[in-house]
Amino acid sequence: MNSELQTIEKHISQEYKYGFVTDIDQETIPVGLDEQVVRLISAKKNEPEWMTRWRLKSYRNWIKMTEPTWANVKYSRIDYQAISYYSAPIKDSKKLNSIDEVDPEILKTYEKLGIPLEEQKWLAGVAVDAVFDSVSVATTFKEQLNKHGVIFCPFSEAVQKHPELVKKYLGSVVPYTDNFFAALNSAVFSDGSFVYIPKGVKCPMELSTYFRINAANTGQFERTLIIADEGSHVSYLEGCTAPMRDENQLHAAVVELIAHKDATIKYSTIQNWYPGDPKTGKGGIFNFVTKRGICKGNNSKISWTQVETGSAITWKYPSVILKGDHSIGEFYSVALTNNFQQADTGTKMTHIGKNTKSTIISKGISAGYGQNTYRGGVKIMKGAENARNYSQCDSLLIGDKCGAHTFPYIDVRNPTAQMEHEASTSTIGEDQLFYSNQRGISTEDAISMIVNGFCKEVFKELPMEFAVEAQKLMEISLEGSVG
Amino acid sequence: MIMLEIKNLHVSVEGKPILRGINLTVNAGELHAIMGPNGSGKTTLAQVIAGRDMYEVTNGEIIFDGKNLLNMTPEARALEGVFMSFQYPVVIPGVNITYFLKIAVNAMRKHKGLEELDAIDFLTFIKEKMRLVRMDESYLSRSVNDGFSGGEKKRNEILQMLVLEPRLSVLDETDSGLDIDAVRIVANGLNNFRSNERGFLVITHYQRILDYIDPDYVHVLKNGRIIKSGGKNLAMELEEKGYSWLEEEQPIEA
Repeated sequence: MNSELQTIEKHISQEYKYGFVTDIDQETIPVGLDEQVVRLISAKKNEPEWMTRWRLKSYRNWIKMTEPTWANVKYSRIDYQAISYYSAPIKDSKKLNSIDEVDPEILKTYEKLGIPLEEQKWLAGVAVDAVFDSVSVATTFKEQLNKHGVIFCPFSEAVQKHPELVKKYLGSVVPYTDNFFAALNSAVFSDGSFVYIPKGVKCPMELSTYFRINAANTGQFERTLIIADEGSHVSYLEGCTAPMRDENQLHAAVVELIAHKDATIKYSTIQNWYPGDPKTGKGGIFNFVTKRGICKGNNSKISWTQVETGSAITWKYPSVILKGDHSIGEFYSVALTNNFQQADTGTKMTHIGKNTKSTIISKGISAGYGQNTYRGGVKIMKGAENARNYSQCDSLLIGDKCGAHTFPYIDVRNPTAQMEHEASTSTIGEDQLFYSNQRGISTEDAISMIVNGFCKEVFKELPMEFAVEAQKLMEISLEGSVG
Repeated sequence: MIMLEIKNLHVSVEGKPILRGINLTVNAGELHAIMGPNGSGKTTLAQVIAGRDMYEVTNGEIIFDGKNLLNMTPEARALEGVFMSFQYPVVIPGVNITYFLKIAVNAMRKHKGLEELDAIDFLTFIKEKMRLVRMDESYLSRSVNDGFSGGEKKRNEILQMLVLEPRLSVLDETDSGLDIDAVRIVANGLNNFRSNERGFLVITHYQRILDYIDPDYVHVLKNGRIIKSGGKNLAMELEEKGYSWLEEEQPIEA
């Protein structure tokens, strides 16, 4: 029996493939955080006065806040004065006019990660914004998108070129007072993506941002803002990786989504930050992220899909505020914790409008010493007549040293609400593996077959181009050399 | 031609001896029934042939087609043509039967140097086999054994045997928990599958299924030893008298 477990463990301990470091000249500001640093970041980005003031308000708010401790994760205290809050490749400090001007080392980095930035090499139908440490280094297919009136650009560019939109929506879903990490992000955020889809436009291609942390001892604080105007439609995907380093690195992002009347936003994440050393648990990314969308208008829809395989610690709850009548919120999640990874993730659905509907499908996979927590909140407000929620939380345990935890919170203030909650816990047992083996299926194939079967309800929600990638990523994260 | 040869097999679980010197030879084309009371070691024998590693083989050998099975992994044994129908088939949630069997069939085909079947050829192939055990096509989209009744699980085991086309089939209490119609369906599936190239070990507690399949030999297993062997008549005698009249009078020691 034990040898079977050992085989399972061997399968699930494969090395992180994206752990290399790119050797380029980077400008990194000294560690530490105070008002001067906030001003410095703002100055480096040549920001208008209103933006600097907003950052400072956020900073002054942040210093009064304390780090939350309610999450079911354990880590040693983060020293916020030991982190550098800005790092950028030197060549890129001046404005780039075309992709040819991007440092070839950076292009090579993305190539190595499987994200070629030359447009002709990339999948047709996907536009990419590449964020390298604190700055966006390239955005593809800009012209084509412009033709449709779609704005897809680095956040810092939006601040310069579309201040009216940024001013109107920045902090409107996640205010800087929201929580400790959101406040920190609001003060020091460096770059990220900005998307605006005009009225009635169905975005002609998938939009995608690829985040890469490279520099040591820096935090990555990106900010993404997506606005879908009336009747528009957009599908957006983000991917993330980081080098292997012994120190923990902080990633505290904020994502805000705004869906107006009849608009749909589909937001997918494939998160593969460095998870830390598989044997000792040393290093890895602390992923403390605030993601929230608002279905502002009637008949709007926001759908979050996430595949979380990386990070030492994941703390994120992509949520939807269902304000418009008949609006729809969805959350589809696969979270994998292997070795010493910990994840406390889930969603919050707040029903305000009438006939609003939310669906939560959460799949947690724990292996090694991994600890996986689902934390979900469903709130039905007083005026939300006929609100409906369906929640399903499934946990899959691989081996006998890992854990799965579920904390569903339900708050119903309207008697017409219909709530359904289902939960299950299963294991990949040696009897399932033996049964598969007896049919001629290798242990490795059996594990990926079972894991994929477990995740398929979520994978089918991913844009087609990425569903295969997600499946492969699960295999890489779970499989290893056969003994 | 000798297909399976079990010689002086001793097996323990957690230090406790379960099988205490089994000798058995199965030729190609033969069907052997193994009967015995609860706890006699029937399931242990099946699982050891299939390669479950919780059993410790302390002595003896199992030779299949001239190869030492005990040195092989469970999947290698399966690929060589050893199939076991489980007494308690395992549930695999989220993995549908089509997907599961397609992986298994293609692993077999690859092992034999044949081209893998594509989705369309595979569906045609499996639907034909399903008719033989009267399984509805709606099973194809169901998860392996998930929510199946006892009878459905056993039919699914026989379906897998028909699909994987093993040379040696070990059926562990495939008839237990089945009503008489289901026993007939299972027996029919088995009878259609018999041939000169295939061998069978049918492990059963009851004589009932032997009314529908025609065993060449019947062996009685008790306390980890085969204490009596005979033809079909032995099964009828057991049905009448039970197991208690058989004492371990002629222990077969190696």
